[in-house]
Amino acid sequence: MVEALFWPALVGYGEAAVAYASPRTSPAATWGVRVGWLAQTALLAAQAAHADGFPWSSWSGSLNLFVWLVVGAYLIWGCRPRFRLLGLAVMPLAAVLFVVARVGGGTHEGSGSAYGSLFLVLHVGFVLAAFAGFTLAAALAGLYLWQERRLKSRAPDILRLRLPPLASLERLTWRTVAVSVPLLTLGLAAGIVRLRRDHHGLDALEAVTLVTWLVYGGFLALRPAGRRAAYLALGGFALVIVVRLALSGSHFA
Amino acid sequence: MSLSVVGLSHHVAPVELRERVTLDLAAAAELARGLGDAVCLSTCNRTELYLWDIAEERAAATLEAAAGEPLDGVLYRLHEDAAALHLFRVAAGLDSLVPGEGEILGQVRDAYEAVTPGPVLDRVFRQALGVGKRVRTETAIGESPASVSSAAAALAAQVFGDLRGRRVLLVGAGRIGELAASNLVSRGAEIAFVANRTEETAHDLTRRFGGAALRLDEIPTRLGEVDVVVSSTGSSDPVLRAVDVPSRRRTPLFFIDIAVPRDLDPAIGGLGGCFLYDIDDLEAVVAETLAGRRAEAERGEQLVAEEAERFHTWRASLDVVPAIASLRARAEEIRAAELAKVRVSDDERRTLESVTQQILNKLLHLPTVRMKEAAVTADGVAYADAVRHLFGLDDERRP
Repeated sequence: MVEALFWPALVGYGEAAVAYASPRTSPAATWGVRVGWLAQTALLAAQAAHADGFPWSSWSGSLNLFVWLVVGAYLIWGCRPRFRLLGLAVMPLAAVLFVVARVGGGTHEGSGSAYGSLFLVLHVGFVLAAFAGFTLAAALAGLYLWQERRLKSRAPDILRLRLPPLASLERLTWRTVAVSVPLLTLGLAAGIVRLRRDHHGLDALEAVTLVTWLVYGGFLALRPAGRRAAYLALGGFALVIVVRLALSGSHFA
Repeated sequence: MSLSVVGLSHHVAPVELRERVTLDLAAAAELARGLGDAVCLSTCNRTELYLWDIAEERAAATLEAAAGEPLDGVLYRLHEDAAALHLFRVAAGLDSLVPGEGEILGQVRDAYEAVTPGPVLDRVFRQALGVGKRVRTETAIGESPASVSSAAAALAAQVFGDLRGRRVLLVGAGRIGELAASNLVSRGAEIAFVANRTEETAHDLTRRFGGAALRLDEIPTRLGEVDVVVSSTGSSDPVLRAVDVPSRRRTPLFFIDIAVPRDLDPAIGGLGGCFLYDIDDLEAVVAETLAGRRAEAERGEQLVAEEAERFHTWRASLDVVPAIASLRARAEEIRAAELAKVRVSDDERRTLESVTQQILNKLLHLPTVRMKEAAVTADGVAYADAVRHLFGLDDERRP
């Protein structure tokens, strides 16, 4: 029953990923994002209702939650006609990761974790929300670099295939990181308190997450502009990918 | 009685001829009123008379009088559906020199509102205004700039987004440069400095655009205070070299070089934070956007064709609606007369009224539907005439 909700969400995300390819079908893509996200929200709510505790503590469960947060952040920040190409970057990624989460069992009914729900909400919830923000910031930074390159190379189609202005992309990237870093700080603080209580050392994932926090903290402190800011946002996101995909097994095991 | 259009446009008439028949709004309205039920649309690219029940020869003679010469071979004449389709294409900007240009829709509205047209012209113009709006909202035909100067401003907006508060340095007094500056100002930018080889011209430009006058050698010292540089001097030597441009780390600097030979060192485009577009780049951008407009125009043509079909259906219904109305009136007349002969109680009369009304409605329903269906085919008038003949109806005048 719970898993039945996976399909409408996937269809919504998949439709959006395809429909964003053309300006004519872009409005339909926006509806795909909305419908898919609502279906996934229902899926998560059903998972939470069935599980006795926090049901997303496995790597695949957290990936499911991560996709929901990424799409939610996109709905808030970037779901506008001028940002069609941002949707074209975010929605295929969301659809693929959602399928990976299902293959790993993250969309099943799930069960509670040995850890307390409050700790998991604070730790997993905040960290994943921050990572979702960094994902969106990376997509914006990628668009910035593409737009800057087109302007530099004086691409004749620059006004035909319109991207958001450089200034808007730069401002949105910074704001997204500025919102995400405090969330990561809170999530890490919750994790560190737990580590100290349990007398555990840092694993590889935790170490790389700390480096990620330093990179984005540096981004906010130095407030770089233009291409430098975009490269830094993308560099930070590379670490997020390592944390989410390469090292997640060690942490969740 | 028929709808027709008589006129000339940029497609068939050179500007020397068009300018002789171009009328201001008041004169165009006066001319239309003089003809009868007519609307005169007169712009720099066309002068057209839309007519209802007016001999085309009169309209043609009026235009020839204005031109001061015969207009054989230049005037076009279109009728009924073709006339409506033409007006829809004009209002949508599909018949314009630059496909999708937006000014024509306002000109069509002004021409229509300047007179008091009869029902058919009123309908076709209201529909044309709706079509023009629809094509602009449902396609991207009007979104891209169609000139070098507007492309320059649109490119600046691609860098800065909102141009409000952005400061512009205008170098030289070239016409396209001034147009580009005007476009930037219309988007909210402000002219901060005007530089020219001669101080007098620089001061003249500051009086028109505002800002402070500069000498050409002062330009490098002021680059840190501006966001956009528009250059269009007649100088044969570069006005600004790359080595004179300070590095920009935090905010970009956008250069527009409209001069030939070029004013700005091409190496400026390679500097960090600097973007440089010369006249060739801008023309390539405009050519690309025009290609996009033409692609969108194809979608616009589809929308216009849909609306023309709707007009055709409405227009055809005018042939049969009077006959249908007469038929129903005659039936009602007979029903009322026969009921008046019957002596019954009030309750029984009410019942009879209801029953006979239902019989009438059922009997006339199918002929009404069939006539409306026939109206959109060539048989519409024949059906209407047959009904009038069979039932001995009065001859109804169509609008």
